[in-house]
Amino acid sequence: MKFKRLVASAVMGTLFSGAAFAQVKVGVISSSTGPIAMVGIPQKNSVPLMPTKVGNLTVQYIPLDDGSDPTASVVAIKKLISEENVDAIIGPSGSPNAMGVIQFAAEAGVPLLAPVGTAAVVLPMDDKKKWVFKTTQNDQLIADALVGHMAKHGIKTVGFIGSSDPYGENWAKVFTESAGRKGIKVVASERFQRSDSSVTAQGLKLLMAKPDAVLIAAPGTPAVLPQITLYDQGYKGKFYQTHGAALPEFLKLGGKKVEGTVLAASLMLVLDQVTDAHPSRKIAIDYVNAYEKLHGVKPATFGGNVFDAGLLLKAAIPVAAAKGKPGTPAFRSALRDALEQTKDMPATQGVYNMSPADHSGFDERGRELITVSGGKWTLIP
Amino acid sequence: MEFQIALMLVQDGITNGAIYALLALALVLVFAVTRVIFIPQGEFVAYGALTLAMLQAGVVPTTVWLLVGLGVAVTVVDGVPALRSGRPGRLLGVAGWNLVYPLGVAALVSVLPLQSLPQLAQVALALAVVVPMGPQMYRLVYQPIASAPILILLIVSVAAHLTMVGLGLLFFGAEGQRTPAFSDASLALGPLTVPGQTLFIVAVSVTLIVALFQFFERTLYGKALRATAMNRVGARLMGISPALAGKLTFFLAAFIGALSGVLIAPITTVYYDTGFLIALKGFVAAIIGGLASYPLAAVGALLVGQLESFSSFWASAYKEVIVFTLIIPVLLWRSLTSRHVEEEE
Repeated sequence: MKFKRLVASAVMGTLFSGAAFAQVKVGVISSSTGPIAMVGIPQKNSVPLMPTKVGNLTVQYIPLDDGSDPTASVVAIKKLISEENVDAIIGPSGSPNAMGVIQFAAEAGVPLLAPVGTAAVVLPMDDKKKWVFKTTQNDQLIADALVGHMAKHGIKTVGFIGSSDPYGENWAKVFTESAGRKGIKVVASERFQRSDSSVTAQGLKLLMAKPDAVLIAAPGTPAVLPQITLYDQGYKGKFYQTHGAALPEFLKLGGKKVEGTVLAASLMLVLDQVTDAHPSRKIAIDYVNAYEKLHGVKPATFGGNVFDAGLLLKAAIPVAAAKGKPGTPAFRSALRDALEQTKDMPATQGVYNMSPADHSGFDERGRELITVSGGKWTLIP
Repeated sequence: MEFQIALMLVQDGITNGAIYALLALALVLVFAVTRVIFIPQGEFVAYGALTLAMLQAGVVPTTVWLLVGLGVAVTVVDGVPALRSGRPGRLLGVAGWNLVYPLGVAALVSVLPLQSLPQLAQVALALAVVVPMGPQMYRLVYQPIASAPILILLIVSVAAHLTMVGLGLLFFGAEGQRTPAFSDASLALGPLTVPGQTLFIVAVSVTLIVALFQFFERTLYGKALRATAMNRVGARLMGISPALAGKLTFFLAAFIGALSGVLIAPITTVYYDTGFLIALKGFVAAIIGGLASYPLAAVGALLVGQLESFSSFWASAYKEVIVFTLIIPVLLWRSLTSRHVEEEE
C-alpha cells in the first residue's frame, strides 16, 4: 500500500513538474454548518472569489466543512496534508478549532492562515505557531481603540459582560489590562451563554455596580441580548461592543435599542464613509461587489478574513515559486518565509505588515471606530 | 443582596421555569406513552419561533416545504397498504390529512399578506405549519420501530434531533431572530415591574397545564393515552390503537414545543439550534419527576428556572455547570429511594 502510494506520488510528481501543470493546492476548512455557521458560511462563499491564477501557476482550492467540531477540523487537516498534499491551508473558522490543528500544520510544515478571533493562535510566538498567520485584528488592537474612546469621553468605570467561550474570556483579559493602563476600572465582569434565553440576572449585577459604560464581548448576534436586557432594565450609560458584533444582523435584531453603541471593527462596515485615501477601500469594495453579485447578499466581515488569506497567498506564492516547486517541502517552507516578509500589503481588512514576531500584522489602519446612528453604521471621524 | 433584586431574579426564574415546565410535561408525556426520550423536542421550539419570525418578515416560511415533503412521504407509506386493502375510503382519509392539508397551508401562506395579518393569526399559521410535523415524524420515524427497546428509540431520537438541526440551518440560516412582543404593557407589583410578555408566558403555561389535566381526566382520547402509558399491552387489548396514541402524543409534544418557541421568541434571540439546550433543561426537570410524575416535573422545572436565575447572578461563568450538576444529586436520591425495575425486553 505504502509502496503503491509512493509510486503514485512519483508518477504524479513527474506529471506535475511540467510548467503547464504547475499547480498550487490550498485547503480551506470552514465551519459552514454547526453552531458557528454564521462565521463559516461567508468564509466558504468567499472561496470562489479568490485568485485562481498567480503568475503562471494555477491555484486550486479544496474546501472542506468541519461542522464547527474541533475533532472534525483535525481530521480535515490530516486529510488535506496526507491525501491532497496541500501547500497551504486557510481556516478553520473557530478559535478552538484552530488551536487544535496548529501542531499538525507545524509538524507537516504547511503554512496555516487562520481567520479566527483569538490572538492565542499566534501569541506567544513559538516554533509551532510560526507556521500560523492570522487574518483578523488582534483583540488588543480593538481593545486599545475602545479604551482610547472611553478615556476621551471621561469614562472611569466599565462593566464587562462576555460570552463564556474563548472569545469572551480573552476579551476579559485583554480589556482589563488595556483599561488599567488608562486608569479605567472594570467594576463588574459577567459571563453569559450564547443560547441563554435571559441575561436578566447578569444585567442586574452590572446595574448594581453602576458603571459609566458597559462593554459587551460576544461573537455574532448573541452580543445583542445583554444590550437589550440592560436597555430594558433602564441602564442609561454608554454601550461598547467588540468587532464580534460587526454584522448587519446586529442592527436588525437590536433596532432602536442599540442606537449610539460604539465599536471598533474593520472598515468593511462603513465602506461608503471612509476616504478614498484609505488603501483598503477599493479592494474591500471590489470584494463586496463581487460577493454580492455571486451570492445575492453582502458578506459579513468573516468572509473578508478568508479573502485576505487568499490575497496574502497571492503575494507570497511568486516569491516561494522561485525557491521550489509547488507540492514540495521546500516550496511550503519558502511560502512561510514569504508570508512572514509581507510588507505594506493592503487587503479588505486593513494593511498587513508581518514580522517574525507579529503574524497578524495589523496597525491602526485595520480598525475604525464606528457608532450606530439612525439605524446605520456610522464612522466616528 | 437587596430584596428587590431577589424579587427580580425570582421573576426571571419563573418566566424561564414556566417554559421548562411545558417542555418537561411534553417529555414526560412522550416517554410515558411511547417510551421515546424525545430529544428533538427542542427543535420544535426553534422551528416554531423561527417560522413565526419568517411569517412576520413577510416571507413564505421554508418549513412549509418540509411539511409538504413529510406529508407526501406519509401518504406513500400509508397509502400503499390502504390501496391494497381495497378500501378507497381510507386512501381518501390518508391523502386528506397528509396531502391536501399541507398543500392547503402552503397555498395559504403564499397567498395571504403575511406581514399585515394580526399577530394572533400569524401565530396560528406558524403553529399550523410546525405542529403537524410531530405526528408525521412519529409515523415515519418511530411507528415502524414502536416495540424496539428504549435504547434503540433513544438512538433514533438522537438521529432525528441531528437531522432536524441540520434542516433548521438549511431553512433558517445561521443567524438568530427575534419577534416583537405580544404586548408592551407591564404590570407594577409593588417595587417590581413585570413585563407583559412574562405574564403572557406564565398565563399560557398555566392554562395549558390545566387544559392538559382536563384532557387527560375528562376526554376519551386523554383516558386512552393514560391507559397506554400505564400498560401498553392492556390498552391494546381494550382496543386502543398504539399508532393513534403515538400520533396524538407527538401532536401534543409538537404543539407544546412550537408554542414555547412562539412564547420565548420575543424575549430572546432564537437560533436554529437554540432549542436543544432549552429542552435539555426541561429534561433535567423531567428527570426530577422521574420521567413519570407530571406535578414533580413541573416543580422541578420551576426549581431549574430559579437555580439558573440565581446562579447567573452569583457565578455567571458557571451557570450551565450548576444547572446540569443538579441532575447528579437528583439521580442519587431517586436511585436510593425508589425500587429499581429492570426493563423487560
